[in-house]
Amino acid sequence: MLDPQELEILALSLKVAFWSMLGSLPLALALAWLLARREFPGKTLLDACVHLPLVLPPVVIGYLLLIVFGRHGALGAWLETHLGWVFAFRWTGAALAATIMGLPLAVRAMRQAIDAVDPRLEAAASTLGAGPMALFASVTLPLALPGILNGMLLAFARSLGEFGATITFVSSIPGETQTLPLAIYALTQVPGGDERALRLCVLAVLLSLGALIASELLLRRARHAIHGEASSG
Amino acid sequence: MTLEVTVEKRLGSLGLSVAFSSPRGITVLFGRSGAGKTSVLNAVAGLLRPERGRIALDGETLYDSAAGVDLPAHRRRIGYVFQEARLLPHLRVRGNLLFGARFARGPAVAEFAQVIDLLGLDALLDRRPHDLSGGERQRVALGRALLSAPRLLLMDEPLASLDAPRKEEVMRCIERLRGALRLPILYVSHSMDEVVRLADTLVIMAEGRVITAGALGDTMARLPFDAKFDAHLGHFEAGSVIDARIAEHDAAMGLARLEFGGGSLYASGVAGSIGQRVRVHVLSRDVALARTRPEFISMLNILPGTIRRIGSPHDAGVDLEIDVRGTPLIARITVKSRVDLALAPGDSVHALIKGVAIHPAGAGQPD
Repeated sequence: MLDPQELEILALSLKVAFWSMLGSLPLALALAWLLARREFPGKTLLDACVHLPLVLPPVVIGYLLLIVFGRHGALGAWLETHLGWVFAFRWTGAALAATIMGLPLAVRAMRQAIDAVDPRLEAAASTLGAGPMALFASVTLPLALPGILNGMLLAFARSLGEFGATITFVSSIPGETQTLPLAIYALTQVPGGDERALRLCVLAVLLSLGALIASELLLRRARHAIHGEASSG
Repeated sequence: MTLEVTVEKRLGSLGLSVAFSSPRGITVLFGRSGAGKTSVLNAVAGLLRPERGRIALDGETLYDSAAGVDLPAHRRRIGYVFQEARLLPHLRVRGNLLFGARFARGPAVAEFAQVIDLLGLDALLDRRPHDLSGGERQRVALGRALLSAPRLLLMDEPLASLDAPRKEEVMRCIERLRGALRLPILYVSHSMDEVVRLADTLVIMAEGRVITAGALGDTMARLPFDAKFDAHLGHFEAGSVIDARIAEHDAAMGLARLEFGGGSLYASGVAGSIGQRVRVHVLSRDVALARTRPEFISMLNILPGTIRRIGSPHDAGVDLEIDVRGTPLIARITVKSRVDLALAPGDSVHALIKGVAIHPAGAGQPD
């Protein structure tokens, strides 16, 4: 069904999406908790910054990433010298770009989920002796789990579709940074690429559909596990 | 155990400013909704930070605004049973019961098996909270608090959202646990029935302040003569509470003789063994007065006493406090009767008691 080149594109896209999802999890969870449960000066600004990737042109994010994480960028040079990490023109850079672009979706879903956890249950748990960390791990996290999983899947699906920031930051290198959307774009730019582009489009549709259905099934199972039989949802 | 509470806090239009201390046994905070009772519990639990004040339990300071002490809720070792149970929906009953045990910072109050037994939770262990009835939820919440190794238990109208049979079910559990465990309880209620059955100490609150506080019997005897209480809670009938013990059963007559400081009382339908302590509730309208000891009368309970004070007349009549050899008894008679009999403080009278309600006694009562 898929030729080796298409398989490579698919594998790379999944790899980038998977790692960007995993990378955004701790950051998104921490931001979601901060925004849902804490009051601090600059909260509105932080909230706006988290949402920036949703409204900024992706090319801006890509260019900023290039400036900061490029090999001569402020952070990029330091990371390469001290940790040997390189993002520029690598698949890891594509994952980083996808992480940033997916962050607002993940944070929004997780924040809503944490907001929906009844603070009175947390208060009850604290009178039973649960300190802040134990409280988060044993009450907030399990009760917000469906929303957190949903946020992760949204980040994953968003990564599969990431285009502008990726192509600006890490370019479109076959086998390294050329994910599905980038490959489709490349094919539409060469004569006679239409048929292959269409095949990849069908693949993209199936992939996204799969992620959305998986998200829905996961949500249902998680709700069932938390609230039991009687809850429909 | 002594709990000392001094709390000041502005809560919207309510200026909370209370001070009371609670000895062993059950202390009931009694008052109308909005009097600030729950806020006092929250401050004791560490869920509400007062502006000023001091909260100490057995000499350990939990909160002191002057000294800058504010122990967080999870380190206070105070169990809290909320009005709405607040069970964790993602855990089964067993998980809820054991939730606090893993954080326990002190000696256990009761073993798991004992709590299961006292509260009748055996059949519920594998159920989920939303499959439970209201009464079952409150019993689980009570068990969960007990198993977190608390030094004090707070209960915020745990019966308020239950129907009558469930109320009775949970009330019985509280009475059982009072008898079995030596755990002090601070209990919020707006029901006189709960006060009479549970309280050892009564603290009456209105509009954020303590109106009166003290041992249950004495405090209830003061109520009809307290203008402050009248103004805040209206003139309802509290009655008298007498702590007694079962002296003998007369099976043939279906009667039990109860002994108390002022003599003997006869009551029917009393369960319990000889020597067992019981609490007797006498409504003031069930007490009639006679100048001389009546003869040829069906009433069994005729107690001689002295009029200690007479309240001011109100819609339902007039209340008199009778001193029955040291035990206060409130009688409510019509103004006409008072005038006809020319009753005055210091006069000797006979109190005729028409009916009594008998409840199991509390742990904090004297022998």
